Amino acid sequence: MVLSAEEWGIVLLSLKVGGVAVLAVLPLAFALAWLLARGRFPGKLLLDALVHLPLVVPPVVTGWMLLLAFAPAGPIGGLLERWFGVTVLFRWSGAAIAAGVMALPLMVRAIRLSLEGVDRRLEQAARSLGAGPVRTFATVTLPLALPGVLAGSVLGFARALGEFGATISFVSNVPGETETLPLAIYSALQVPGGEGQVLRLAAVSIAIAFIALLASELVARRTGRGNHVL
Amino acid sequence: MSFDIDVRRTLGETEIACHVEPGAGVTVLFGPSGAGKSSVLNMVAGLLRPDAGHIRVGERTLFDAATGVDLKPEARRAGYVFQEPRLFPHLRARANLLYGWRKGAAVDVDRVIDLLGIAHLLDRWPRTLSGGEAKRVAIGRALLTDPAFLLLDEPLASLDRARREEILALLERLRDGIGLPILLVTHDRAEAERLGDRIVAFGE
Repeated sequence: MVLSAEEWGIVLLSLKVGGVAVLAVLPLAFALAWLLARGRFPGKLLLDALVHLPLVVPPVVTGWMLLLAFAPAGPIGGLLERWFGVTVLFRWSGAAIAAGVMALPLMVRAIRLSLEGVDRRLEQAARSLGAGPVRTFATVTLPLALPGVLAGSVLGFARALGEFGATISFVSNVPGETETLPLAIYSALQVPGGEGQVLRLAAVSIAIAFIALLASELVARRTGRGNHVL
Repeated sequence: MSFDIDVRRTLGETEIACHVEPGAGVTVLFGPSGAGKSSVLNMVAGLLRPDAGHIRVGERTLFDAATGVDLKPEARRAGYVFQEPRLFPHLRARANLLYGWRKGAAVDVDRVIDLLGIAHLLDRWPRTLSGGEAKRVAIGRALLTDPAFLLLDEPLASLDRARREEILALLERLRDGIGLPILLVTHDRAEAERLGDRIVAFGE
C-alpha cells in the first residue's frame, strides 16, 4: 500500500491540525479540569455544562457557532482582523480551532478524573515536609495526575483527527488547507472509483489512532507506576 | 523546647479541644479512636486550622488566633509521621527519604539511614515495601527535614508484633538521642505508658 504525494499531504495536514489542536488546548483543558476538580465557586455547575457542550451539541452546530464568532464581522474574528490582520476561515488554523473545541470536553474529563484521583493526603505530606504549593504541585500532584493528562491528550488527539462536522461547517473543505483525513475520505467516497483512496486513508487513520494509544500506554506505564491509559 | 497547645475546633458533630502544658520530652495524646487526636496533630502541622487558641513550640508561635499568627505548613518545620506512611508512590524510597532534605541542613543523612536500618530499601518502590519498612522510611523522611519537633500518629498501628517492638525501640532511641519535643498519638495504653513522659487523656 503506497500513498500518493497528495495523500501524504492529507495525512501530514491531519497530524498538524490534530497535534496543534491538542497542544494548544491542553493548558486550557488542564486549568478547567483543575477548577472543576478542586475549585469551589458559584457557577461551577454552569461552567461544567458549558465545557461539555461540544460533546452533546451536533458538531455542525458547533462549527456554525465558530463561524459566527470567527467571521470578520464576528466578535473574535473582528479582533483577529483588526489586531493581526489574519483570518482563520478556510485556513488550517481554523480546522485546528474546530478540532480543539471538539477535543476539549474529552480532555477536561480525563484530566479532571485523574486530578480527583490524586490523594490529597500525599499533598499534605509534601507540605509538612517543607514543600510550598508550587513544589507540591510540580513534584506530587502533576506526576500523579500525568497518566490522566496523557490519556486525555490521546483521546483529544483521536477526537481531533476524527473531527468532521464542525470542521466542514466552520472552515469548509479546502484541499491542502482544511481537508483532513475524514473530509478527504468523505470526498473520495463521492467520486466514482475513489474506493482505493478511501481504503488507504482509512487504513492510515486507524494506524495513527492505534499507534497513539499504544505510545501513551507505554509512557503511562513508565511514569505512572501501574496506572493505565487503556 | 516543648509544646504549649490550647486549641479548639468543631468538625461536623465533633467538638475537638486539646490542652497541652509545656513540658520536656514525649507528650502522649491518649484516647479512643475517633476522638479527634489526629486532628490535633493536623492543627499543629498547619494542615487544619483551629477555630480558636494557640500553638507554640519552644519560643516559636505557630498559630495564635488572638494575634492572627498562622504559619503555613511548610514553614512550621514539623516532622510529621502520619498513621499511614503516605510515601509518594511515584518516587523510590531514596527520593521519598530525601524529599524534604536540603543540602547543608544540620542532619546527617547516613546516620539517619543507619539508625533506621533502611540502607537496603533505598532503591525500592514504596508499593514493594512492607508496612514496617514503609513506616521506617516515613520516619526517616520526617527526620531528614531537620524538624523542630516530631508529630507521630499511631506509630505502631497496623504493624505485627515483631515490627512493633522494632519501631518502639527506634522511637525510644529517638526520644533519648535527639532531644526533639515529640507529640505522639495513640489509643494503646501500654504504648502510651512506655513512651510518654506525660500523658494527656483525650476525648473522655
